Amino acid sequence: MSTAHSGYYLPHDAHWPIVGSIGLTTMLGGFGAWLNGADVGPWVMAAGFVILLVMMFGWFGTVIRENLAGLYNEQVDRSFRWAMGWFIFSEVMFFAAFFGALFYARVFAVPWLGGEGDKYLTHELLWKGFEAVWPLLQPPIAAVDPSANPYALPKGIIETWKIPALNTLILLSSGVTVTWAHWGLKKGNRGQLILGLIATIALGVTFLALQAHEYVHAYEELNLKLSSGIYGSTFFMLTGFHGLHVTIGATMLTVILLRAIAGHFTPDNHFAFEAVAWYWHFVDVVWLFLFVFVYWI
Amino acid sequence: MSTATATHEAHHEEPPRGLKRWLFTTNHKDIGTLYLVFSLIMLFVGGIMALVIRAELWEPGIQYVDPQFFNAMTTMHGLIMVFGAIMPAFVGLANWLIPMMIGAPDMALPRLNNWSFWILPFAGAMLLSTLFMEGGAPAAGWTMYPPLVLQTGEAFPFLIFSVHLLGISSIMGAINIIATILNMRAPGMTLMKMPLFVWTWLITAYLLIAVMPVLAGAVTMLLTDKYFGTSFFNAAGGGDPVMFQHIFWFFGHPEVYIMILPAFGVISQVIPTFARKPLFGYSSMVYATASIAFLSFIVWAHHMFTVGMPLAGELFFMYATMLIAVPTGVKVFNWVATMWRGALTFETPMLFAVAFVILFTIGGFSGLMLAIAPADFQYHDSYFVVAHFHYVLVTGALFAIFAAVYYWLPKWTGHMYDERLGKWHFWLSVISVNLLYFPQHFLGLAGMPRRYADYAVQFTEWNQVSTIGAFAFGLAQLIFVYVVWKTVRGGRKATAQVWEGARGLEWTLPSPPPYHSFTEAPEVK
Repeated sequence: MSTAHSGYYLPHDAHWPIVGSIGLTTMLGGFGAWLNGADVGPWVMAAGFVILLVMMFGWFGTVIRENLAGLYNEQVDRSFRWAMGWFIFSEVMFFAAFFGALFYARVFAVPWLGGEGDKYLTHELLWKGFEAVWPLLQPPIAAVDPSANPYALPKGIIETWKIPALNTLILLSSGVTVTWAHWGLKKGNRGQLILGLIATIALGVTFLALQAHEYVHAYEELNLKLSSGIYGSTFFMLTGFHGLHVTIGATMLTVILLRAIAGHFTPDNHFAFEAVAWYWHFVDVVWLFLFVFVYWI
Repeated sequence: MSTATATHEAHHEEPPRGLKRWLFTTNHKDIGTLYLVFSLIMLFVGGIMALVIRAELWEPGIQYVDPQFFNAMTTMHGLIMVFGAIMPAFVGLANWLIPMMIGAPDMALPRLNNWSFWILPFAGAMLLSTLFMEGGAPAAGWTMYPPLVLQTGEAFPFLIFSVHLLGISSIMGAINIIATILNMRAPGMTLMKMPLFVWTWLITAYLLIAVMPVLAGAVTMLLTDKYFGTSFFNAAGGGDPVMFQHIFWFFGHPEVYIMILPAFGVISQVIPTFARKPLFGYSSMVYATASIAFLSFIVWAHHMFTVGMPLAGELFFMYATMLIAVPTGVKVFNWVATMWRGALTFETPMLFAVAFVILFTIGGFSGLMLAIAPADFQYHDSYFVVAHFHYVLVTGALFAIFAAVYYWLPKWTGHMYDERLGKWHFWLSVISVNLLYFPQHFLGLAGMPRRYADYAVQFTEWNQVSTIGAFAFGLAQLIFVYVVWKTVRGGRKATAQVWEGARGLEWTLPSPPPYHSFTEAPEVK
């Protein structure tokens, strides 16, 4: 299988990883200090983030230069493909943890608190008056002892067939435009590639803007917050991490757009484009699950 | 441009000197060495914590440390041994061996390889720094169960973030190993010709990328529960503390196979060499490894039998867990069958491998006892459990790592190790480790709970035996450090094949091997 064996490019003197480690540690250390109430925390965190950005500029820049210099053969390209594919799989499993929490809460935890099955006595003794429904607008403590309730009680939830449905349409369309851009790239039509990428980024940004609007609506008008009990917890953590991934994806697409404009890609050598397209489709598929399980049913 | 290095330069290349070599290295052997040295240091750090625990348990009552610190020691000992010692040691072995075993010039993604390692010292330092924080180090157990863990002081966010960092490192390492094995094999090295160590690591790498992100998610939920008002693990808000246990053990059970599958791989390399026979049942070993990996995803709740679960859940997880005995039994059978009528010799690697087969099997059987839900109601959270998982992780995983180091050290350094000292290390370890852990079975069955600084007076004798064993075992490891140090410094020259019965591509390279393993692909028949 590995015919190009002796031509496999092996880099030397990797300076960027250690910078990345310092950046990550500074960022997380600053965040931890911030959570512990230290005033310098946010600044240290921001400094760590900047170090990480510098690292990414440097590291990716080096890889791009090496690629343009023709140092990467087909086998190196395959290594990148395997790596990106399994990286996306690891991201899928990260989301799986939060979906797992959502399903566990809906199928087990909340019904049990409501006295389902052999949990009747627990309900009678501890959570009498709590009604197990989903969406859960009134957490158990609010039903049992309103004076002890620390949670923000929502007046309602986000309506499925308004912004979320529109956002579904937007993200699905962006999957189409990025594929159209890929077709352009494979035909050697740079105009189509650039236009397709611009459309994809625009759709992504629109999605994020609508999502931000939805969050403001939830916080300001519905009183639906991260601290609204298990419903708010699962809602904001799932949609929030998804939004973060859309932001990362849109950023990567922008880099790809700039590289497309600079003429980095050829019809048969453009793995960076494909990697980002894969990532974008992954973000898209996660959204479909969110739409069905968080917003809809 | 700094990128002019083409591979033809690599043929006659020498490693750079000084600190820069280690900080910026992209070489699989250098990175493997870094991993192994790091894990050895962590083994001693975690080991000292274990000795604090055993010293305090010398007598009933509170002797040397306060109970909060005692609990911090059990917690940190667990985290450091799992994430700092055992896992990095196996990644170090993977780095050193996989490219040599499959006929590759290096790992597929050398820069990423550097980063995978260099996150570790930072994560380890962050974790250890919690010992000096307001409120002390985390003390709620390495499993970090809420609500107890949420009472951690200033250490809490750093506990969470160090777990995140360790996870990032593991995921990147695993991705690299998968890309290497799938993409860098020499022509003719088909999947079913790969040495078992490579196979077990391929499967382990899949386990890692499947479950480390889940752990990251679980601890992120802990973080938001403590600081951002979520209520994932709080019943008052509609959540459930037991939910954390489910998510944690969905990670945690595959995690224990992450620590033992590469050990199976090592043993499957060592035993055939010293039995001078090919491994019995190679393909069944591959399928058994894959079966164990698959089963590891559907047995997690056997860690939670007493926590409250529907009967159907108890039954499902009990039977699914017992199923694991089948592929594991296949493996033990194959190792024994490989030795059957072999021309056996007992050099140090083989001694550790044989001890592994016997003692790991004891740990496997006590695991089978724990799998029986109604029986587990008695054993749960007792010293029986502690004995069980130390038999699989110390006489299992750690002994396999010792076997691997003695087996490949001559290849790595070009020098034979001191066989006499190696045997001393083995015999002292194997005797002391049984003194250390075997009595804990009795203590657990007699009802001594784990994770307490104090105990009832009737448990004293066996605790004292255990503590004597612990200190003897700890001291015996100094011999190991001395043997390794001495071998690195010098010794009788090792041949390329090193061991008479050794088979595989790594033994075709000189000892020590060139800086880049196979710059030209070897031919595999």
